[in-house]
Amino acid sequence: MYDGVYSEEVMDHFTNPRNVGEIENASGVGTVGNAKCGDIMRIFLDIDENHVIRDVKFKTFGCGAAVASSSMATEMVKGRTIDEALQITNKAVTKALGGLPQVKLHCSLLAEQAIHAALWDYAEKNGVAIEGLKKPKSDIGDHEDSE
Amino acid sequence: MSTQSIEITVNGDKGMSKKIYLDNAATTEVHPEVLEAMLPYLKDYYGNPSSIHGLAKYARDAREHARASVAELINAEPKEMYFTAGGTESDNWALKSVAFGNRSKGNHIVVSKIEHHAVMNTCDFLGKNGFDITYLDVDEFGRVNPEDVRKAIGPETILISIMYANNEIGTIEPICEIGKIAREHGILFHTDAVQAFGHVPIDVKAENIDLLSASGHKVYGPKGVGALYVRDGVKLEPLMHGGAQERGIRAGTENVPGIVGMGKAAEIAKRGMGRDIVKETELRDHMIHRLLTEVPFTKLNGHRFERLSGNVNIAFRFIEGESLLMLLNHKGIFVSTGSACASGSLDPSHVLLAIGLKHEVAHGSVRFTLSYKTTEGEVDEAVDAVKESVARLREMSPLYADHINNGINKKEV
Repeated sequence: MYDGVYSEEVMDHFTNPRNVGEIENASGVGTVGNAKCGDIMRIFLDIDENHVIRDVKFKTFGCGAAVASSSMATEMVKGRTIDEALQITNKAVTKALGGLPQVKLHCSLLAEQAIHAALWDYAEKNGVAIEGLKKPKSDIGDHEDSE
Repeated sequence: MSTQSIEITVNGDKGMSKKIYLDNAATTEVHPEVLEAMLPYLKDYYGNPSSIHGLAKYARDAREHARASVAELINAEPKEMYFTAGGTESDNWALKSVAFGNRSKGNHIVVSKIEHHAVMNTCDFLGKNGFDITYLDVDEFGRVNPEDVRKAIGPETILISIMYANNEIGTIEPICEIGKIAREHGILFHTDAVQAFGHVPIDVKAENIDLLSASGHKVYGPKGVGALYVRDGVKLEPLMHGGAQERGIRAGTENVPGIVGMGKAAEIAKRGMGRDIVKETELRDHMIHRLLTEVPFTKLNGHRFERLSGNVNIAFRFIEGESLLMLLNHKGIFVSTGSACASGSLDPSHVLLAIGLKHEVAHGSVRFTLSYKTTEGEVDEAVDAVKESVARLREMSPLYADHINNGINKKEV
Protein backbone atom coordinates (compact mmCIF):
# COMPACT_ATOMS: atom_id res chain seq x y z
CA MET A 1 0.00 0.00 0.00
CA TYR A 2 3.03 2.24 0.03
CA ASP A 3 4.20 2.76 -3.49
CA GLY A 4 1.79 5.12 -5.09
CA VAL A 5 -0.25 5.57 -1.92
CA TYR A 6 2.15 7.82 -0.10
CA SER A 7 3.39 10.92 -1.88
CA GLU A 8 7.06 11.42 -2.72
CA GLU A 9 7.31 13.95 0.12
CA VAL A 10 5.98 11.42 2.62
CA MET A 11 8.37 8.75 1.39
CA ASP A 12 11.24 11.24 1.55
CA HIS A 13 10.44 12.37 5.09
CA PHE A 14 9.90 8.76 6.17
CA THR A 15 13.13 7.41 4.73
CA ASN A 16 15.20 10.48 5.66
CA PRO A 17 13.41 11.96 8.65
CA ARG A 18 14.62 15.41 9.75
CA ASN A 19 15.20 16.38 13.37
CA VAL A 20 15.06 12.92 14.93
CA GLY A 21 16.34 12.87 18.47
CA GLU A 22 15.99 14.53 21.83
CA ILE A 23 17.03 17.87 23.31
CA GLU A 24 18.56 17.78 26.76
CA ASN A 25 17.04 20.32 29.11
CA ALA A 26 14.51 21.25 26.45
CA SER A 27 12.42 24.38 26.92
CA GLY A 28 9.33 22.29 26.34
CA VAL A 29 8.50 18.63 25.76
CA GLY A 30 5.15 17.33 24.55
CA THR A 31 4.02 13.74 24.14
CA VAL A 32 0.73 12.87 22.50
CA GLY A 33 -0.94 9.80 21.12
CA ASN A 34 -1.70 6.39 22.36
CA ALA A 35 0.27 3.20 21.90
CA LYS A 36 -3.00 1.32 21.74
CA CYS A 37 -3.79 3.09 18.50
CA GLY A 38 -0.26 2.69 17.24
CA ASP A 39 0.97 6.30 17.34
CA ILE A 40 2.99 8.19 19.93
CA MET A 41 4.76 11.42 19.12
CA ARG A 42 7.14 13.35 21.38
CA ILE A 43 8.43 16.78 20.45
CA PHE A 44 11.31 18.65 22.13
CA LEU A 45 11.59 22.43 21.71
CA ASP A 46 14.51 24.71 22.40
CA ILE A 47 13.07 28.22 22.65
CA ASP A 48 15.22 31.35 23.07
CA GLU A 49 14.49 34.52 25.04
CA ASN A 50 12.80 36.09 22.00
CA HIS A 51 10.29 33.25 21.86
CA VAL A 52 11.93 31.84 18.75
CA ILE A 53 12.13 28.09 18.32
CA ARG A 54 15.87 27.69 17.97
CA ASP A 55 15.84 23.91 17.68
CA VAL A 56 13.33 21.11 17.59
CA LYS A 57 13.64 17.33 17.77
CA PHE A 58 11.17 14.49 17.72
CA LYS A 59 10.74 10.84 18.57
CA THR A 60 7.82 8.93 17.10
CA PHE A 61 6.38 5.45 17.44
CA GLY A 62 4.08 4.97 14.51
CA CYS A 63 3.51 4.28 10.87
CA GLY A 64 5.18 5.90 7.87
CA ALA A 65 2.71 8.78 7.85
CA ALA A 66 3.28 9.45 11.55
CA VAL A 67 7.05 9.61 11.09
CA ALA A 68 6.74 11.81 7.99
CA SER A 69 4.25 14.13 9.73
CA SER A 70 6.60 14.54 12.70
CA SER A 71 9.52 15.25 10.43
CA MET A 72 7.60 17.78 8.34
CA ALA A 73 6.05 19.52 11.36
CA THR A 74 9.45 19.95 13.03
CA GLU A 75 10.84 21.44 9.82
CA MET A 76 7.92 23.85 9.66
CA VAL A 77 8.30 25.21 13.21
CA LYS A 78 12.08 25.41 13.27
CA GLY A 79 13.24 29.05 13.39
CA ARG A 80 9.69 30.31 13.85
CA THR A 81 8.32 32.29 16.76
CA ILE A 82 5.88 30.66 19.12
CA ASP A 83 3.00 32.60 17.59
CA GLU A 84 4.02 31.52 14.10
CA ALA A 85 4.36 27.91 15.24
CA LEU A 86 0.86 28.01 16.66
CA GLN A 87 -0.50 28.88 13.25
CA ILE A 88 0.86 25.69 11.74
CA THR A 89 -2.10 23.36 11.51
CA ASN A 90 -2.46 19.73 10.64
CA LYS A 91 -3.85 20.85 7.30
CA ALA A 92 -0.66 22.76 6.58
CA VAL A 93 1.43 19.73 7.51
CA THR A 94 -0.70 17.50 5.28
CA LYS A 95 -0.42 19.97 2.43
CA ALA A 96 3.34 20.23 2.80
CA LEU A 97 3.52 16.45 2.64
CA GLY A 98 1.71 16.45 -0.67
CA GLY A 99 -1.36 14.98 0.97
CA LEU A 100 -2.01 11.91 3.10
CA PRO A 101 -4.38 8.99 2.60
CA GLN A 102 -7.71 9.60 4.34
CA VAL A 103 -7.03 6.96 6.99
CA LYS A 104 -3.71 8.64 7.81
CA LEU A 105 -4.94 12.19 8.32
CA HIS A 106 -4.94 11.72 12.09
CA CYS A 107 -1.14 11.45 11.91
CA SER A 108 -0.86 15.08 10.87
CA LEU A 109 -3.25 16.05 13.64
CA LEU A 110 -0.98 14.23 16.05
CA ALA A 111 1.94 16.37 14.85
CA GLU A 112 -0.01 19.57 15.46
CA GLN A 113 -1.03 18.32 18.90
CA ALA A 114 2.55 17.37 19.78
CA ILE A 115 3.81 20.88 18.95
CA HIS A 116 1.02 22.39 21.03
CA ALA A 117 1.76 20.04 23.92
CA ALA A 118 5.44 21.02 23.87
CA LEU A 119 4.51 24.71 23.79
CA TRP A 120 2.11 24.18 26.69
CA ASP A 121 4.91 22.52 28.65
CA TYR A 122 7.16 25.49 27.89
CA ALA A 123 4.47 27.95 28.96
CA GLU A 124 3.87 26.09 32.22
CA LYS A 125 7.58 25.77 33.02
CA ASN A 126 8.21 29.45 32.39
CA GLY A 127 4.98 30.83 33.75
CA VAL A 128 4.09 32.52 30.48
CA ALA A 129 0.72 32.65 28.82
CA ILE A 130 0.56 31.82 25.14
CA GLU A 131 -2.48 33.34 23.56
CA GLY A 132 -4.62 30.87 21.66
CA LEU A 133 -2.96 27.81 23.15
CA LYS A 134 -5.26 25.32 24.78
CA LYS A 135 -4.25 22.63 27.19
CA PRO A 136 -3.45 19.65 24.99
CA LYS A 137 -5.21 16.35 25.25
CA SER A 138 -2.88 13.59 26.19
CA ASP A 139 -4.85 11.10 24.17
CA ILE A 140 -6.35 11.75 20.79
CA GLY A 141 -6.88 8.08 20.14
CA ASP A 142 -10.64 8.34 20.13
CA HIS A 143 -10.73 11.13 17.64
CA GLU A 144 -11.41 10.68 14.00
CA ASP A 145 -9.63 12.59 11.29
CA SER A 146 -9.92 16.31 11.73
CA GLU A 147 -10.88 18.35 8.77
CA MET B 1 6.76 -18.14 -26.45
CA SER B 2 7.89 -14.78 -25.23
CA THR B 3 6.89 -13.38 -21.90
CA GLN B 4 7.05 -9.72 -21.20
CA SER B 5 8.36 -8.89 -17.78
CA ILE B 6 6.46 -6.34 -15.80
CA GLU B 7 8.40 -3.40 -14.53
CA ILE B 8 7.83 -2.94 -10.84
CA THR B 9 8.49 0.39 -9.25
CA VAL B 10 9.97 0.43 -5.78
CA ASN B 11 10.25 3.87 -4.27
CA GLY B 12 10.45 5.51 -7.64
CA ASP B 13 13.24 3.30 -8.97
CA LYS B 14 12.15 1.64 -12.19
CA GLY B 15 12.88 -2.04 -12.21
CA MET B 16 14.07 -3.93 -9.21
CA SER B 17 17.60 -5.01 -8.79
CA LYS B 18 16.52 -7.43 -6.12
CA LYS B 19 13.45 -8.66 -4.40
CA ILE B 20 13.02 -11.05 -1.53
CA TYR B 21 9.41 -12.13 -1.42
CA LEU B 22 8.39 -13.22 2.08
CA ASP B 23 4.65 -12.75 1.73
CA ASN B 24 3.69 -16.20 0.49
CA ALA B 25 0.72 -16.43 2.87
CA ALA B 26 -0.79 -13.51 0.93
CA THR B 27 -0.22 -15.13 -2.42
CA THR B 28 2.38 -17.19 -4.23
CA GLU B 29 4.18 -17.08 -7.52
CA VAL B 30 2.54 -19.39 -10.06
CA HIS B 31 4.68 -22.50 -10.49
CA PRO B 32 6.17 -22.71 -14.01
CA GLU B 33 4.58 -26.13 -14.55
CA VAL B 34 1.22 -24.69 -13.54
CA LEU B 35 1.49 -21.88 -16.05
CA GLU B 36 2.52 -24.33 -18.74
CA ALA B 37 -0.45 -26.58 -17.97
CA MET B 38 -2.88 -23.66 -18.11
CA LEU B 39 -1.80 -22.04 -21.37
CA PRO B 40 -3.39 -24.53 -23.78
CA TYR B 41 -6.77 -23.91 -22.12
CA LEU B 42 -6.47 -20.20 -22.77
CA LYS B 43 -5.24 -20.64 -26.34
CA ASP B 44 -6.25 -23.83 -28.10
CA TYR B 45 -8.77 -25.65 -25.90
CA TYR B 46 -10.96 -22.71 -25.04
CA GLY B 47 -14.23 -24.58 -25.44
CA ASN B 48 -17.01 -24.28 -22.90
CA PRO B 49 -17.25 -27.58 -21.01
CA SER B 50 -21.04 -27.41 -21.28
CA SER B 51 -20.98 -27.39 -25.09
CA ILE B 52 -21.68 -30.57 -27.01
CA HIS B 53 -19.06 -30.32 -29.77
CA GLY B 54 -15.56 -31.67 -29.91
CA LEU B 55 -13.71 -28.68 -28.47
CA ALA B 56 -15.70 -28.90 -25.26
CA LYS B 57 -14.49 -32.40 -24.56
CA TYR B 58 -10.90 -31.23 -24.00
CA ALA B 59 -12.10 -28.73 -21.44
CA ARG B 60 -14.30 -31.30 -19.69
CA ASP B 61 -11.53 -33.87 -19.57
CA ALA B 62 -9.07 -31.32 -18.21
CA ARG B 63 -11.56 -30.20 -15.57
CA GLU B 64 -12.16 -33.76 -14.41
CA HIS B 65 -8.46 -34.53 -14.37
CA ALA B 66 -7.93 -31.47 -12.17
CA ARG B 67 -10.81 -32.49 -9.92
CA ALA B 68 -9.19 -35.87 -9.36
CA SER B 69 -5.83 -34.24 -8.55
CA VAL B 70 -7.34 -31.83 -6.03
CA ALA B 71 -9.37 -34.63 -4.43
CA GLU B 72 -6.36 -36.92 -4.18
CA LEU B 73 -4.34 -34.34 -2.27
CA ILE B 74 -6.81 -34.46 0.63
CA ASN B 75 -7.90 -38.10 0.26
CA ALA B 76 -11.35 -37.16 -1.05
CA GLU B 77 -13.31 -38.62 -3.95
CA PRO B 78 -13.44 -36.56 -7.14
CA LYS B 79 -17.23 -36.36 -6.91
CA GLU B 80 -16.85 -34.67 -3.53
CA MET B 81 -14.89 -31.72 -4.97
CA TYR B 82 -16.56 -28.57 -6.33
CA PHE B 83 -14.62 -25.79 -7.99
CA THR B 84 -15.29 -22.21 -6.92
CA ALA B 85 -13.80 -18.79 -7.51
CA GLY B 86 -11.57 -19.03 -4.44
CA GLY B 87 -11.32 -19.59 -0.72
CA THR B 88 -13.71 -16.79 0.16
CA GLU B 89 -16.48 -18.21 -2.01
CA SER B 90 -15.87 -21.69 -0.59
CA ASP B 91 -16.18 -20.38 2.98
CA ASN B 92 -19.30 -18.37 2.17
CA TRP B 93 -20.89 -21.29 0.40
CA ALA B 94 -20.18 -23.80 3.15
CA LEU B 95 -21.33 -21.59 6.02
CA LYS B 96 -24.39 -20.01 4.44
CA SER B 97 -25.66 -23.18 2.82
CA VAL B 98 -25.24 -25.31 5.92
CA ALA B 99 -26.78 -22.58 8.08
CA PHE B 100 -29.85 -21.87 5.97
CA GLY B 101 -30.21 -25.49 4.91
CA ASN B 102 -30.34 -26.71 8.50
CA ARG B 103 -32.34 -23.85 9.96
CA SER B 104 -35.13 -26.23 10.99
CA LYS B 105 -32.66 -28.29 13.05
CA GLY B 106 -31.03 -25.42 14.87
CA ASN B 107 -29.39 -22.02 14.65
CA HIS B 108 -26.12 -22.39 16.54
CA ILE B 109 -22.69 -22.25 14.89
CA VAL B 110 -19.32 -22.69 16.62
CA VAL B 111 -16.20 -20.97 15.23
CA SER B 112 -12.93 -19.69 16.70
CA LYS B 113 -11.93 -16.11 17.38
CA ILE B 114 -9.07 -16.31 14.89
CA GLU B 115 -10.92 -17.31 11.73
CA HIS B 116 -10.18 -15.53 8.47
CA HIS B 117 -12.45 -12.61 7.58
CA ALA B 118 -14.15 -14.81 4.98
CA VAL B 119 -15.53 -16.86 7.88
CA MET B 120 -15.76 -14.03 10.44
CA ASN B 121 -17.76 -11.69 8.27
CA THR B 122 -19.97 -14.49 7.00
CA CYS B 123 -20.71 -15.28 10.65
CA ASP B 124 -21.50 -11.60 11.28
CA PHE B 125 -23.98 -11.82 8.43
CA LEU B 126 -25.49 -15.04 9.77
CA GLY B 127 -25.66 -13.50 13.24
CA LYS B 128 -27.78 -10.69 11.82
CA ASN B 129 -30.02 -13.29 10.21
CA GLY B 130 -31.09 -15.17 13.28
CA PHE B 131 -28.11 -17.43 13.89
CA ASP B 132 -26.34 -17.69 17.20
CA ILE B 133 -22.54 -17.75 16.81
CA THR B 134 -20.12 -18.93 19.49
CA TYR B 135 -16.60 -17.55 19.01
CA LEU B 136 -14.21 -19.82 20.87
CA ASP B 137 -11.15 -18.42 22.61
CA VAL B 138 -7.73 -19.69 21.65
CA ASP B 139 -4.71 -20.09 23.90
CA GLU B 140 -1.65 -17.83 23.80
CA PHE B 141 -0.30 -19.85 20.86
CA GLY B 142 -3.51 -19.58 18.89
CA ARG B 143 -4.72 -23.14 19.50
CA VAL B 144 -8.38 -24.02 19.95
CA ASN B 145 -8.94 -26.44 22.81
CA PRO B 146 -11.05 -29.33 21.44
CA GLU B 147 -12.74 -29.63 24.84
CA ASP B 148 -14.00 -26.07 24.42
CA VAL B 149 -15.59 -27.19 21.17
CA ARG B 150 -17.29 -30.07 22.96
CA LYS B 151 -18.55 -27.78 25.72
CA ALA B 152 -19.90 -25.26 23.21
CA ILE B 153 -22.10 -27.86 21.51
CA GLY B 154 -25.78 -27.57 22.38
CA PRO B 155 -29.06 -28.92 21.06
CA GLU B 156 -29.25 -26.11 18.50
CA THR B 157 -25.72 -26.59 17.12
CA ILE B 158 -25.71 -27.29 13.38
CA LEU B 159 -22.15 -26.44 12.32
CA ILE B 160 -18.61 -26.25 13.67
CA SER B 161 -16.11 -24.30 11.55
CA ILE B 162 -12.50 -24.15 12.69
CA MET B 163 -9.67 -23.18 10.36
CA TYR B 164 -7.00 -25.76 9.59
CA ALA B 165 -4.11 -23.33 9.97
CA ASN B 166 -4.08 -19.64 10.75
CA ASN B 167 -3.04 -17.24 8.01
CA GLU B 168 -1.32 -14.75 10.30
CA ILE B 169 0.45 -16.70 13.00
CA GLY B 170 0.66 -20.04 11.20
CA THR B 171 -0.74 -22.09 14.07
CA ILE B 172 -2.12 -25.48 13.01
CA GLU B 173 -5.34 -26.39 14.82
CA PRO B 174 -6.16 -29.81 16.32
CA ILE B 175 -8.46 -30.63 13.40
CA CYS B 176 -8.44 -34.38 13.94
CA GLU B 177 -9.70 -34.07 17.53
CA ILE B 178 -12.29 -31.46 16.63
CA GLY B 179 -13.49 -33.58 13.70
CA LYS B 180 -13.91 -36.55 16.01
CA ILE B 181 -15.99 -34.52 18.47
CA ALA B 182 -18.17 -33.13 15.67
CA ARG B 183 -18.78 -36.58 14.23
CA GLU B 184 -19.63 -38.03 17.65
CA HIS B 185 -22.29 -35.37 18.02
CA GLY B 186 -23.51 -35.68 14.45
CA ILE B 187 -22.70 -32.06 13.72
CA LEU B 188 -21.26 -30.94 10.40
CA PHE B 189 -17.62 -29.87 10.54
CA HIS B 190 -16.18 -27.33 8.10
CA THR B 191 -12.55 -26.25 8.00
CA ASP B 192 -11.08 -23.28 6.16
CA ALA B 193 -7.92 -24.97 4.89
CA VAL B 194 -6.84 -22.18 2.56
CA GLN B 195 -3.43 -21.88 4.26
CA ALA B 196 -3.00 -25.61 4.81
CA PHE B 197 -4.05 -27.07 1.46
CA GLY B 198 -0.90 -28.28 -0.28
CA HIS B 199 1.28 -27.25 2.66
CA VAL B 200 0.14 -29.74 5.32
CA PRO B 201 -0.89 -33.38 4.73
CA ILE B 202 -4.70 -33.46 4.96
CA ASP B 203 -6.91 -36.54 5.06
CA VAL B 204 -10.59 -35.58 5.12
CA LYS B 205 -11.66 -39.15 5.87
CA ALA B 206 -9.30 -39.79 8.76
CA GLU B 207 -9.92 -36.33 10.19
CA ASN B 208 -13.73 -36.51 9.95
CA ILE B 209 -13.98 -33.36 7.87
CA ASP B 210 -17.36 -32.77 6.20
CA LEU B 211 -16.55 -29.57 4.32
CA LEU B 212 -13.18 -28.04 3.46
CA SER B 213 -12.30 -24.79 1.70
CA ALA B 214 -9.18 -24.54 -0.45
CA SER B 215 -7.65 -21.92 -2.71
CA GLY B 216 -5.39 -22.18 -5.73
CA HIS B 217 -3.16 -19.16 -5.37
CA LYS B 218 -1.79 -19.94 -1.92
CA VAL B 219 -0.15 -23.06 -3.29
CA TYR B 220 1.55 -21.84 -6.48
CA GLY B 221 -1.65 -22.00 -8.52
CA PRO B 222 -3.51 -19.11 -10.12
CA LYS B 223 -5.79 -16.59 -8.42
CA GLY B 224 -9.54 -16.75 -8.93
CA VAL B 225 -9.96 -20.47 -8.38
CA GLY B 226 -10.69 -22.49 -5.30
CA ALA B 227 -12.51 -25.60 -4.25
CA LEU B 228 -14.98 -26.81 -1.69
CA TYR B 229 -14.89 -30.41 -0.55
CA VAL B 230 -18.34 -31.65 0.42
CA ARG B 231 -18.41 -35.11 1.92
CA ASP B 232 -20.58 -37.54 0.01
CA GLY B 233 -23.97 -37.52 1.67
CA VAL B 234 -23.87 -33.91 2.82
CA LYS B 235 -26.54 -31.95 0.98
CA LEU B 236 -25.60 -28.45 -0.03
CA GLU B 237 -27.78 -25.75 -1.56
CA PRO B 238 -26.14 -23.58 -4.21
CA LEU B 239 -24.74 -20.18 -3.34
CA MET B 240 -24.55 -19.25 -7.02
CA HIS B 241 -27.75 -19.97 -8.91
CA GLY B 242 -27.74 -20.42 -12.66
CA GLY B 243 -26.66 -23.16 -15.01
CA ALA B 244 -26.16 -26.80 -14.19
CA GLN B 245 -22.39 -26.70 -13.75
CA GLU B 246 -20.71 -28.60 -10.93
CA ARG B 247 -23.55 -31.09 -10.66
CA GLY B 248 -26.06 -28.32 -10.47
CA ILE B 249 -24.91 -26.67 -7.27
CA ARG B 250 -22.31 -24.15 -8.43
CA ALA B 251 -23.49 -22.31 -11.50
CA GLY B 252 -21.34 -20.37 -13.92
CA THR B 253 -19.10 -21.37 -16.81
CA GLU B 254 -16.06 -23.03 -15.34
CA ASN B 255 -12.78 -21.18 -15.09
CA VAL B 256 -11.12 -24.02 -16.99
CA PRO B 257 -7.57 -22.58 -17.16
CA GLY B 258 -7.76 -21.75 -13.46
CA ILE B 259 -9.13 -25.18 -12.58
CA VAL B 260 -6.39 -26.84 -14.64
CA GLY B 261 -3.84 -24.68 -12.82
CA MET B 262 -5.18 -25.59 -9.42
CA GLY B 263 -5.15 -29.26 -10.40
CA LYS B 264 -1.54 -29.05 -11.50
CA ALA B 265 -0.64 -27.19 -8.30
CA ALA B 266 -2.24 -30.02 -6.31
CA GLU B 267 -0.22 -32.61 -8.26
CA ILE B 268 2.99 -30.70 -7.60
CA ALA B 269 2.10 -30.43 -3.91
CA LYS B 270 1.37 -34.15 -3.71
CA ARG B 271 4.76 -34.83 -5.21
CA GLY B 272 6.87 -32.26 -3.36
CA MET B 273 5.10 -31.39 -0.12
CA GLY B 274 7.19 -33.64 2.08
CA ARG B 275 10.43 -32.23 0.74
CA ASP B 276 9.16 -28.64 0.90
CA ILE B 277 8.00 -29.01 4.50
CA VAL B 278 11.42 -30.26 5.59
CA LYS B 279 13.26 -27.50 3.77
CA GLU B 280 10.92 -24.70 4.83
CA THR B 281 10.81 -25.85 8.45
CA GLU B 282 14.59 -25.72 8.60
CA LEU B 283 14.67 -22.21 7.13
CA ARG B 284 11.75 -21.09 9.30
CA ASP B 285 13.46 -22.26 12.47
CA HIS B 286 16.73 -20.67 11.39
CA MET B 287 14.93 -17.37 10.83
CA ILE B 288 13.02 -17.55 14.11
CA HIS B 289 16.21 -18.40 15.99
CA ARG B 290 18.17 -15.55 14.46
CA LEU B 291 15.41 -12.97 14.98
CA LEU B 292 14.75 -13.96 18.59
CA THR B 293 18.43 -14.12 19.55
CA GLU B 294 19.82 -11.23 17.52
CA VAL B 295 17.04 -8.68 17.88
CA PRO B 296 16.28 -7.76 21.50
CA PHE B 297 12.72 -7.39 22.80
CA THR B 298 11.13 -9.81 20.35
CA LYS B 299 8.58 -12.56 20.75
CA LEU B 300 7.37 -15.31 18.45
CA ASN B 301 3.65 -15.12 17.73
CA GLY B 302 1.93 -18.47 17.26
CA HIS B 303 2.87 -21.99 18.22
CA ARG B 304 6.52 -23.01 18.21
CA PHE B 305 5.95 -26.45 16.62
CA GLU B 306 2.29 -26.78 15.58
CA ARG B 307 3.02 -24.26 12.89
CA LEU B 308 2.96 -23.94 9.11
CA SER B 309 6.41 -24.69 7.75
CA GLY B 310 6.64 -21.34 5.99
CA ASN B 311 5.35 -19.01 8.71
CA VAL B 312 7.42 -16.68 10.90
CA ASN B 313 5.52 -14.03 12.86
CA ILE B 314 7.45 -11.85 15.25
CA ALA B 315 6.40 -9.08 17.61
CA PHE B 316 9.07 -6.37 17.72
CA ARG B 317 8.41 -4.25 20.78
CA PHE B 318 8.57 -0.44 20.74
CA ILE B 319 8.12 -0.15 16.98
CA GLU B 320 5.15 -0.11 14.66
CA GLY B 321 4.80 -2.71 11.94
CA GLU B 322 3.94 -0.54 8.97
CA SER B 323 7.09 1.53 9.35
CA LEU B 324 9.20 -1.64 9.54
CA LEU B 325 7.38 -2.98 6.50
CA MET B 326 8.17 0.25 4.63
CA LEU B 327 11.86 0.17 5.48
CA LEU B 328 12.06 -3.45 4.34
CA ASN B 329 10.09 -2.59 1.21
CA HIS B 330 12.70 0.05 0.49
CA LYS B 331 15.31 -2.71 0.52
CA GLY B 332 13.21 -4.91 -1.78
CA ILE B 333 12.03 -7.21 0.98
CA PHE B 334 8.28 -7.83 0.94
CA VAL B 335 6.52 -8.80 4.16
CA SER B 336 3.19 -8.19 5.89
CA THR B 337 2.04 -6.77 9.23
CA GLY B 338 -0.87 -7.15 11.62
CA SER B 339 -0.67 -3.50 12.55
CA ALA B 340 -3.84 -1.48 12.18
CA CYS B 341 -1.88 1.23 10.43
CA ALA B 342 -1.37 -0.99 7.42
CA SER B 343 -5.02 -1.88 7.08
CA GLY B 344 -6.56 1.50 7.74
CA SER B 345 -8.60 0.31 10.69
CA LEU B 346 -8.09 1.48 14.24
CA ASP B 347 -7.49 -1.94 15.77
CA PRO B 348 -4.67 -4.33 15.06
CA SER B 349 -5.40 -7.84 13.84
CA HIS B 350 -8.13 -9.74 15.68
CA VAL B 351 -5.85 -12.78 15.65
CA LEU B 352 -3.03 -11.04 17.52
CA LEU B 353 -5.48 -9.64 20.06
CA ALA B 354 -7.08 -13.09 20.47
CA ILE B 355 -3.73 -14.61 21.47
CA GLY B 356 -3.49 -11.98 24.17
CA LEU B 357 -1.07 -9.45 22.71
CA LYS B 358 -1.41 -5.92 24.00
CA HIS B 359 -2.36 -3.43 21.32
CA GLU B 360 1.08 -1.82 21.15
CA VAL B 361 2.78 -5.21 20.81
CA ALA B 362 0.33 -6.31 18.15
CA HIS B 363 1.11 -3.10 16.25
CA GLY B 364 4.75 -4.16 16.09
CA SER B 365 4.10 -7.63 14.69
CA VAL B 366 5.41 -8.58 11.27
CA ARG B 367 4.79 -11.76 9.27
CA PHE B 368 7.40 -13.38 7.03
CA THR B 369 6.12 -16.29 4.94
CA LEU B 370 8.46 -18.53 2.98
CA SER B 371 8.00 -20.59 -0.17
CA TYR B 372 9.68 -23.67 -1.59
CA LYS B 373 11.96 -21.29 -3.46
CA THR B 374 13.15 -19.26 -0.47
CA THR B 375 16.88 -19.66 0.15
CA GLU B 376 18.97 -19.42 3.28
CA GLY B 377 20.76 -16.47 1.71
CA GLU B 378 17.46 -14.64 1.34
CA VAL B 379 16.46 -15.40 4.92
CA ASP B 380 19.81 -14.18 6.21
CA GLU B 381 19.62 -11.03 4.15
CA ALA B 382 16.11 -10.37 5.40
CA VAL B 383 17.16 -10.92 9.02
CA ASP B 384 20.09 -8.53 8.60
CA ALA B 385 17.76 -5.93 7.10
CA VAL B 386 15.26 -6.41 9.94
CA LYS B 387 18.00 -5.96 12.56
CA GLU B 388 19.15 -2.73 10.98
CA SER B 389 15.63 -1.40 10.41
CA VAL B 390 14.36 -2.28 13.88
CA ALA B 391 17.38 -0.59 15.47
CA ARG B 392 16.74 2.49 13.37
CA LEU B 393 13.06 2.66 14.29
CA ARG B 394 13.82 2.11 17.97
CA GLU B 395 16.27 5.02 17.87
CA MET B 396 13.26 7.03 16.78
CA SER B 397 10.80 5.49 19.24
CA PRO B 398 9.75 7.35 22.40
CA LEU B 399 8.55 4.00 23.81
CA TYR B 400 12.02 2.55 23.44
CA ALA B 401 13.59 5.64 24.99
CA ASP B 402 11.24 5.38 27.97
CA HIS B 403 11.99 1.71 28.33
CA ILE B 404 15.73 2.26 28.34
CA ASN B 405 15.50 5.26 30.67
CA ASN B 406 13.00 3.83 33.12
CA GLY B 407 13.90 0.18 33.11
CA ILE B 408 10.92 -2.06 32.67
CA ASN B 409 7.94 0.14 32.08
CA LYS B 410 5.05 -1.05 34.17
CA LYS B 411 2.66 -0.57 31.30
CA GLU B 412 4.46 -3.01 29.06
CA VAL B 413 4.25 -6.78 28.82
